[in-house]
Amino acid sequence: MLQINNLHVALEDEGKQILKGVTLTVPAGQVHAIMGPNGSGKSTLSYVLSGRDGYEVTEGQATLEGHDLLEMEPEERAAAGLFLAFQYPVEIPGVGNMTFLRTAVNAQRKARGEEELSAGEFLKLVRERAKALDIDAEMLKRPVNVGFSGGEKKRNEILQMAMLEPRMCILDETDSGLDVDAMRLVAQGVNALRAPDRSFLVITHYQRLLDHIVPDVVHIMFDGRIVKSGGPELALEVEQNGYADILAEVADA
Amino acid sequence: MPEAALIQTPAVEGAPRPSPAAQQLQARLAATPRPRARATDAARTDALDRLSAQGLPGPRHEYWRYTDPAPFNAAAPDPVPLDAVTGDPTLFAGVDKLRLVFVDGRFDAAASDDLSLAGVEVAPLSQADAQADHWVGDAYGALEKQGQSPVSRPFAALNTAIATDGAVIRVTGQAAKPVQILYRRSDPAADVTIHHVLRLEPGADLTLLENGLVGARGNIVIEADLAAGAKLHHVAAHRAGVPRVSNIHLFGRVAEGASLKSFALSVDGRHLRTESVIELLGDDAVAHVACAMLGDGAAVHQDDTVFITHTGLRGESRQVFKKVLKNGATGVFQGKILVRPGAQKTDGYQISQALLLDENSQYLAKPELEIYADDVKCSHGSTTGALDETALFYLRSRGVPRERAVVLLVLSFLADALEEVEDEALRAEISDRLEEWLTARAKG
Repeated sequence: MLQINNLHVALEDEGKQILKGVTLTVPAGQVHAIMGPNGSGKSTLSYVLSGRDGYEVTEGQATLEGHDLLEMEPEERAAAGLFLAFQYPVEIPGVGNMTFLRTAVNAQRKARGEEELSAGEFLKLVRERAKALDIDAEMLKRPVNVGFSGGEKKRNEILQMAMLEPRMCILDETDSGLDVDAMRLVAQGVNALRAPDRSFLVITHYQRLLDHIVPDVVHIMFDGRIVKSGGPELALEVEQNGYADILAEVADA
Repeated sequence: MPEAALIQTPAVEGAPRPSPAAQQLQARLAATPRPRARATDAARTDALDRLSAQGLPGPRHEYWRYTDPAPFNAAAPDPVPLDAVTGDPTLFAGVDKLRLVFVDGRFDAAASDDLSLAGVEVAPLSQADAQADHWVGDAYGALEKQGQSPVSRPFAALNTAIATDGAVIRVTGQAAKPVQILYRRSDPAADVTIHHVLRLEPGADLTLLENGLVGARGNIVIEADLAAGAKLHHVAAHRAGVPRVSNIHLFGRVAEGASLKSFALSVDGRHLRTESVIELLGDDAVAHVACAMLGDGAAVHQDDTVFITHTGLRGESRQVFKKVLKNGATGVFQGKILVRPGAQKTDGYQISQALLLDENSQYLAKPELEIYADDVKCSHGSTTGALDETALFYLRSRGVPRERAVVLLVLSFLADALEEVEDEALRAEISDRLEEWLTARAKG
């Protein structure tokens, strides 16, 4: 599904190298987690994959189902099936959540040459999917993320994911700022979307989220590289001992 | 250049020649003669005296520093071909209303609705004026005259002196439906001077819609006198679409517990200046003025000049001005709140913001507060910025193409101004129209 090969990325303004050779493959149907200390480049990876400005790819490739992601505009990546759940979802006053969702869904369908959803079809779908995430009609009517609590914003991200039905979902610290109940709700939403033809890359600081969204593979990122990969037990190890042991072990090797 | 070359030798022969400014005023008046009037005759003479004393403004005038008065001073406007219409005069077509049509500044009875409406007395100025004892004789020019101090507004005085027509509206109760003033053009060179007089009796309630295409040059004055508890909701969208010159004044006087809310949608145009001069005279009076503006092109210059005076207790005023500028357009905002001694518990708010869609456009803002009471709340803010790149990325990352994302973000930027349109259906119609324009422009 997602293939990243020797990806080197620098900040456009300062020229500072952030990613120094990330290689990672997420096969279809799998959930991979990326953990790592602050500043290791996890969020940069998610932004570069989704096409945010301000980064320069100096070396390497990233493909989604064989399509060169790095050559595409952000909206083309989205239409190709990539989705990034933001760590800090953006507030857009004056634009209704519903309008936003419908615009996004239909823009992607149009880009893929599919027929746009009618108002009725869309409404039915959004109601059904919002309900599962405990998002009420009021939240759908409000401007995008304006006045939403931290938990509501994250649930809204998952609703967008559920509506857009992407192939490759990247979750950037979706657990940050969530209480236990909200995290469970978000995790349920994600788990409901797990499918043989859909993959996930879950970026997190804590093992907690991975209790709810059980990954197939856990990667440890440090200083712009994946330094260790393993099963779900790797996350537990981080939780118990912190990153120091793993990093020391990698340095020794 | 040597200094001596700048000194001009005055003509010594014959009678003293009028100054260039006086000549310009004479030429301006000669081009649009004063119509015959009965009810308003004295008011017109008075206005002409005011204007002669003030003269036409020059660029060094304090309130004309950011907007060149020359296009308003010129004897005649540059003609604007009739097919240069890009705006849509069909706005509000779906609203049930009483329609008054003015063609090139003259009332068109055949195109207008029947003027009888419960709660409202409506007449064209040209007819009211023919009756020497019509109440408009006392009201005409009164608020304009008062609005000349402390800042002179010569084009408003000019308007009072020479206006050819307008709507004279007296509201005695709840107007059964909105009144619409619709402007149409038939002469590409029409130089239109139009003057509306509104009197809202105690507790009266009116929604006034104003749209259409005024002329190659338009000078519009609205005088709105609100008695205790009256409510006026003014929604103007007539400034849209045509590359023309226009100067608009709204003079308002708001008595105890009354509320004047005015919203203007302004798209393109060429050289536009709108002055809102409102006094909250009674206690607990409310005045809101708002504008959503979209300027595209270096020829577009759009100026909002606002002067709100708080005289009564606990007055609430709100100014919300949002301008979206691209391809070299210029936006100007001069907004003042004056709180008179004794106007305690005043709540004055002013926000003016520009969204610059490129580096060629500019926004000039001059907020002013002058406060002579010690227990008031007055806040003002002004920002100029580009599109929020994070928000743009957020939308695009959801698959929304860049062009469409920009349209959504521009609407988002304008939302606070649109919120000032209280009626939800009207607001939705304006928002939809704005979205159509923005979408069409995004491609061009």
